[in-house]
Amino acid sequence: MIKKITTPDDLIRIKKQTRTFEKVPEKGVHVAVGMNTCGMASGAKETMAAFRESLAYYDLDAKVFRTGCAGMCFYEPLVDVFLPGQPRITYKGLSCDGVSRVVEDHILGGQVVENWVLAQTVVGDKRLPGIPTYDEIPYCRGQHKIVLARCGHIDPEDIYQYIAMDGYAASAKALEMDPEQVIDTIRRSGLRGRGGAGFPTGLKWQFVREAKGHPKYIICNADEGDPGAFMDRSILEGDPHAVLEGMLIAAYAVGATRGYIYVRAEYPLAVERLRKAIQQACDLGLLGPNIFGSDFSFDIRLKLGAGAFVCGEETALIASIEGKRGMPHPRPPFPAQNGLWGKPTNINNVETYANVAPIISNGAEWYAAIGTPDSRGTKVFCVTGKIKHSGLIEVPMGTSLRKIVYDIGGGITAGRAFKAVQTGGPSGGVLPEALLDLGVGYKELAEAGSIMGSGGMVVMDENTCMADVARYFLSFTRSESCGKCTPCREGLTRLYEILDRICKGNGHADDLDRLESLATTIKDTALCGLGLSAPNPVLTVLKYFREEIEAHIFEQRCPAGVCPDLVWYRINADRCSGCGQCRRACPVEAIVGRPKVPHEIDRMKCVKCGTCLEVCPPRFHAVECVSGQVADEPQAVSSER
Amino acid sequence: MAKTISLTINGKRITTVPGTTILMAARQVGIRIPTLCYHPRLSATGSCRVCMVEVRGRPTLMPSCTTTVEDGMEVVTANDRVLEARRLIVQLLLASGNHNCLTCQSNGACELQKLAYDLGIEALAFPARSSGYPRDDSNAMIERDPDKCILCSRCVRACQEVQVNEVLDFGYRGRRSKIVTAWDLPYAESDCVFCGECVSVCPTGALTEKQAKFQGRPWELKKVRTTCPYCGTGCQLDLNVRDGRVVKVTSDTLHGPPNYGSLCVKGRFGYDFIHHPDRLTAPLVRHKEGFRKASWDEALDLVASRFSQIKQSYGADALAGLSSARCTNEENYLFQKLMRTAIGTNNIDHCARL
Ligand SMILES: Cc1cc2nc3c(=O)[nH]c(=O)nc-3n(C[C@H](O)[C@H](O)[C@H](O)COP(=O)(O)O)c2cc1C
Ligand code: SF4
Ligand code: SF4
Ligand code: SF4
Repeated sequence: MIKKITTPDDLIRIKKQTRTFEKVPEKGVHVAVGMNTCGMASGAKETMAAFRESLAYYDLDAKVFRTGCAGMCFYEPLVDVFLPGQPRITYKGLSCDGVSRVVEDHILGGQVVENWVLAQTVVGDKRLPGIPTYDEIPYCRGQHKIVLARCGHIDPEDIYQYIAMDGYAASAKALEMDPEQVIDTIRRSGLRGRGGAGFPTGLKWQFVREAKGHPKYIICNADEGDPGAFMDRSILEGDPHAVLEGMLIAAYAVGATRGYIYVRAEYPLAVERLRKAIQQACDLGLLGPNIFGSDFSFDIRLKLGAGAFVCGEETALIASIEGKRGMPHPRPPFPAQNGLWGKPTNINNVETYANVAPIISNGAEWYAAIGTPDSRGTKVFCVTGKIKHSGLIEVPMGTSLRKIVYDIGGGITAGRAFKAVQTGGPSGGVLPEALLDLGVGYKELAEAGSIMGSGGMVVMDENTCMADVARYFLSFTRSESCGKCTPCREGLTRLYEILDRICKGNGHADDLDRLESLATTIKDTALCGLGLSAPNPVLTVLKYFREEIEAHIFEQRCPAGVCPDLVWYRINADRCSGCGQCRRACPVEAIVGRPKVPHEIDRMKCVKCGTCLEVCPPRFHAVECVSGQVADEPQAVSSER
Repeated sequence: MAKTISLTINGKRITTVPGTTILMAARQVGIRIPTLCYHPRLSATGSCRVCMVEVRGRPTLMPSCTTTVEDGMEVVTANDRVLEARRLIVQLLLASGNHNCLTCQSNGACELQKLAYDLGIEALAFPARSSGYPRDDSNAMIERDPDKCILCSRCVRACQEVQVNEVLDFGYRGRRSKIVTAWDLPYAESDCVFCGECVSVCPTGALTEKQAKFQGRPWELKKVRTTCPYCGTGCQLDLNVRDGRVVKVTSDTLHGPPNYGSLCVKGRFGYDFIHHPDRLTAPLVRHKEGFRKASWDEALDLVASRFSQIKQSYGADALAGLSSARCTNEENYLFQKLMRTAIGTNNIDHCARL
């Protein structure tokens, strides 16, 4: 095998000599186990070990590979079995117990094990009956993978497999173009930053190229601070070279010689894989001096972040790399002019960089044809909350929220009704059912009062209180505020305090106005994106769910039955059979009643834990959670949870 | 570099040079934009958000202290939107901590207090919330009260940029933010050299001179400009005097060289000897039982006659003069002149040679 790559032809030679695990030799057996953090958390390590042991026991000529996450985290551990001339079979939720069955029945016996099978990938025209293909699984239909294309198809710790799937071909191509041509291609593709603000990437590169100063720097923002978001982690763990290659091309285009990846220390696996990837790329000469025999040199260093949300903000991130406290400073000057160590710096998000190589390879027109005029290409979303299939999806921009929630996500759990979806992380807006047909795009989401953010999406069902939701997000942003500017540091806490008293039934009549004016001023005056966007949840809740907030303030009623201070529990005497389940389960002995006689809850003793509601047998449904003032007949808000 | 920039502020046409901030451009034509975290000796951080102005075409208000002028810019420094935001920001600061003006040492000199007044704020819009951090009483010179701190970071920048001692920075996050020394130790246990630079720039009563506490309100103090007697640098300082007593020492950037308002620990805090009962205020002449108070004439006559005696008996070179680094250049000059011409010796030296 070639030890040092000096020409683009060397790549082609490596590609010819390398097999990915998807190409099984005659009589061989390949098994690939999803070994991202999500897989390992579900026991993939043990599954992998069990495969090794079992295959050795039967003395099979088999190889076990590790691979990244294909996005279906809810099905981990995911295992692919490749037999020569057979479709690739994917198993879901395969713990060690299932391994021997798969080895014995499938690998040895040729019989797919139905208990765990998820899908098949047809090779040639060979298709097994009774097993769906990926396209037939609703979760996968409608997805379009560019960024995640290699995740789950290569071993992320093996640069040769990346090269075998055309890796680094785009950088070879880019280095034969003029830097201006590279920038022009990115500009024409319409790619916009995936880290939050959606700034046109080509334009940013152009600014850095034109900026005076030497040396210039490239930074990859892998801080991914949004709670519950893990798109960047999945890319780094599943296909780290895609990010390195994007940075390499960017460096060539803007004229930079040094790159930094700022990755959070809470991502140990991503850090490890990045380290290995950088080492391998250096060993092969794809990083370092005179790349592809040109006079262009570039190297990449890792910088570990300590987990402050605000360190994802670009100026704070740069301060942090410089060894200072991670605090933003006003822009302008932008990093493009005055960035790391005061030099012109290009900073992009992980996913942004991962889009670069495919654009260079396939052309700007190809990319621009995907998505909407304002938002081109695809976007990876992290869909979580009260949704059946939570995980990672990559869809063309412009895909409707409805399609994401219902078709791909499988709808709401437990047959409940949809209430809202929050996009863009903790500072995103909360969008109601009426906006479900909105296509996801920068402009569309901004007009609705929300943001694209980095691609978080939290789905909420009817049992969610919107006052509580707004308060929850504020509790996050207010404690992550860096403390530098007044509106964010002081204002977010005041927003939180007002929401808190509303949730507790102590809201004032003018609190709605107060929330509105405070939120609007914070959005008008904060120093960085954190403060500028943090009021979004409040403003959208006021816009779309105003009645619900009013019910809290004017009727002391929580319509969703969530706010503990505004709900109480009662037993519907007509329905209670006196079975005593609730009486026995109540932790504070607040329920009294004789057998077979309707029970009652002593409201003075009740601590509103909701246990009675949970244990009352569904055939009686006698416990009700009610909210509202006692004088007017309170309304039952739910009798199930 | 002949390029100029033309913009309007409140409808007024202004021509200025590139790199000028909106704040400076406005000042050049006499338009006052209030500030808090801005200080002429320090870098601008744009953090308090009091100096926000409206710039046509920008989606949000812009901080005038860090935004530089651009050709064709249209700036409005005070309309409903701007004033509303400014008032709210000052309200948020007033309700943070415990700004008890009645007993505050800075009452009357506090920039937050003045701003609230100028903006017509009569009552708090939010309930006041203490920071929960105790006062730093660790030393005899500087008192720090986090409950009066508005986190403008002037002290941080003063220590980093003027004194270059880098003792202070932000600590913690969100509403728990606090200006801290390394490991959040009291000043006395930190690397602080007690130059008081931080105190001199603090706009509120968060950092105050401890010896001056309860010794006089700002408006009762008369400032007497003098030269610091501690060393030959010649720092310009103001003795803050009330009823004939020096209660505080400050300086002023406008005094110019050599110190531009900065002082060291001695010049700023070492003045308690002035009114100390042990201080010598008259010459003492030694006699058998000890010392006896004398008049200046008597004492100087005695010294002159003894010097003359020595010179006559043993020659001028039997005498030598040692001068002090605490004297000014002029005093040192006069002293060597005295030794050389009046006494007639070149035996003259200076303690700074040691
Ligand atoms: C509070 C805050 C947190 C942010 N966190 C991240 C982050 O975790 N990852 C990221 O890529 N961008 C983050 N950003 C956006 C960055 O400031 C910056 O816009 C982005 O890295 C630019 O890259 P892009 O143009 O490729 O999107 C954050 C911004 C703010 C205001
Ligand atoms: S908006 Fe918040 S996070 Fe950003 S600088 Fe201001 S205080 Fe810090
Ligand atoms: S007294 Fe001087 S050294 Fe000490 S913290 Fe203040 S500025 Fe820094
Ligand atoms: S102590 Fe004074 S100067 Fe320092 S941040 Fe607080 S208010 Fe500003």
